[in-house]
Amino acid sequence: MTDLPRNQHIIASGLIAAIGITVAYVSFTQEPADAFIFPRLIASVFAVLAIWTFGKAVLGRTKVGNGLSTAAMRNLAPGLIVMLIYVYWAAKGLGFYTATTIAFFVLLSLYDPAPHTQLKTWLKRIVITAAFMLVMYGLFAQLLNVFTPKEILF
Amino acid sequence: MEFLFYMGDVFTPVNFGLLLLGTIGGLILGATPGLSPTMAVALLIPFTFKLEPQQGLILLGAAYTSTVAGGAVSAILLKIPGAPANIATTLDGHTMAQKGEGARALQLSFIASAVGGVFGVLLLIFLTPILAQWALAFGPSHLFWLAILGVTVIGTLDSSSVVKGLLSGCIGLWLATIGFDDIMGAQRFIFHPSVAGGINVIPALIGLFAIPQVITMFTKGRSSDDAEIITVQRHPIRKAMAEVFSRKRALSIGTAVGSIIGLIPGVGGQIAGLVAYDQSKKFSPEKDKFGTGHSEGVIAAESANNAMVGPSLVPLLTLSIPGSPTAAVLLGGLLIHGIFPGPDLFMNYPQVAWTFIDSMLIGQILMCVFGLYIAGLAANVARIPHGVMAALVLGLAVFGSYSVQNSMGDVYVMATLGLAMYFLERFGFSAAPLVLGLILGPIAEANFIQGSMIANATVGMGSYFFTGWLNWLLIVIVIASVSYSVWMEIAQRRYTTKDDAVAKEEALS
Repeated sequence: MTDLPRNQHIIASGLIAAIGITVAYVSFTQEPADAFIFPRLIASVFAVLAIWTFGKAVLGRTKVGNGLSTAAMRNLAPGLIVMLIYVYWAAKGLGFYTATTIAFFVLLSLYDPAPHTQLKTWLKRIVITAAFMLVMYGLFAQLLNVFTPKEILF
Repeated sequence: MEFLFYMGDVFTPVNFGLLLLGTIGGLILGATPGLSPTMAVALLIPFTFKLEPQQGLILLGAAYTSTVAGGAVSAILLKIPGAPANIATTLDGHTMAQKGEGARALQLSFIASAVGGVFGVLLLIFLTPILAQWALAFGPSHLFWLAILGVTVIGTLDSSSVVKGLLSGCIGLWLATIGFDDIMGAQRFIFHPSVAGGINVIPALIGLFAIPQVITMFTKGRSSDDAEIITVQRHPIRKAMAEVFSRKRALSIGTAVGSIIGLIPGVGGQIAGLVAYDQSKKFSPEKDKFGTGHSEGVIAAESANNAMVGPSLVPLLTLSIPGSPTAAVLLGGLLIHGIFPGPDLFMNYPQVAWTFIDSMLIGQILMCVFGLYIAGLAANVARIPHGVMAALVLGLAVFGSYSVQNSMGDVYVMATLGLAMYFLERFGFSAAPLVLGLILGPIAEANFIQGSMIANATVGMGSYFFTGWLNWLLIVIVIASVSYSVWMEIAQRRYTTKDDAVAKEEALS
């Protein structure tokens, strides 16, 4: 195992151990105590297993999980950023359909293997995006009567 | 023979239309690499809100059945298994296709799938009422241990690390406690307004199964599989039919292995296919032909992975314990219609239960018929670039989770859990035990609290939860599954190096 996954394992298991300890702390300190009987049982096991996993990661004895390679991180970063902006801000801030159209088109353009230099490629992407949005509108707005946030745009 | 009484309900225009839609859609989705049966069923749940309970279940059941079989199309024609369940099919199926026998391989695969699938559903039909009758005797302590058993068995058998599997289960059980406590009315772990009402199972399922796939597709960058679709030449179906039934050994091994594995909670379809392939090879006088395009390999693998579909629902319908991640998603589909499966399901909702089971039986035959005709189309769908697929799945996941309660909070929960699950998977954690923990958490807690009240008023906690043969049986199974998995992990460590483990994991992912 190279240093990159080992460090990643330490960070990941450290985060999980921190969550486990926090959950255990909250379970044993919050009132009313009767409401936390079951969470206390779970949290105890959760914290022990999380600390065990963290210990193994620190000692470099983690056997499974390849972590993330630099190439994979580079590839996923743009898509992840678009996804985060879309889900946590644009869907509500711009309106569901507008945000989805923009996010879909941007993701398509970022990850479509077709060359960016050809006009045909861009036309194809616009047509695919329009078709997708039409289907989504038909399914959710017309068929299922889902009222999505409209906000400043549609 | 109650199932025959409700058979007619499957053929009402709406029900049959949904069965057709689920079957054809499932075949196409199944052929698409990256869209697992569990994820396909999870993404379909929001479309069942407006339907009657049995209609929704018919759609989900048909999609489950045919996504498993549809994965064989891309496995045979592109050498890319549509789902992990179809890994074993690529071994001989793709070689057959390369030899110009693609149509024969597809026909054998769909016919064997249908035979295995019908047997599996018949097992579901005949085992479920017997187990349901037996399950009526279960009290709160037994149901508590059953829920714990569901989480631990999947946590230990489905994960590559026992500790990480159990830890995933614990995370799921903790997530299930978020929100208001029903008995005391107290707030628990509400760290954001989105989770004030607890974590809704449907957005959570969509996030846990769909978002990691979306991000995995992002990691592939602008590449495409570039796999060449092998041209399919015509082959008479009756010849394929005769060949399947002449290969009795492979067909019976596949069907038996699939059915048995399906009944064991936590052991998925990919294992059924691989074990059946391996056993079929061991017992075959033509061992050497396996891997060179031998029909027995395709028949054993495909009959096994569809034979496990029916039995995997037995624990769900009788004990309300989902035996697999897809069964957990189907439980979500039942819960949104206010139906809680369990021993009294067949008494309270016989029409829903039997129509659903009957539709799965008919669905196996439809899957075989349509599979043979739309294989070519499905293979073309499998070539859609990762980027397009990722954008499609993300859009569907966002709209689907929003539509559950018209709430942005559900979208945030879906995305947050999905993101976290992607990173957890990269570090050896598994989604299945987490989902089981999330679903079984409320069952475990409710029965634990109810059991505690009874115990405090009668024999005491220790006696109530730790005595009686049924409690002991369940506790022994929990301990045995953990011990077995720990022993297997230690035994494997003696033979494998870290590099072997990494290579194996990469191959599986």
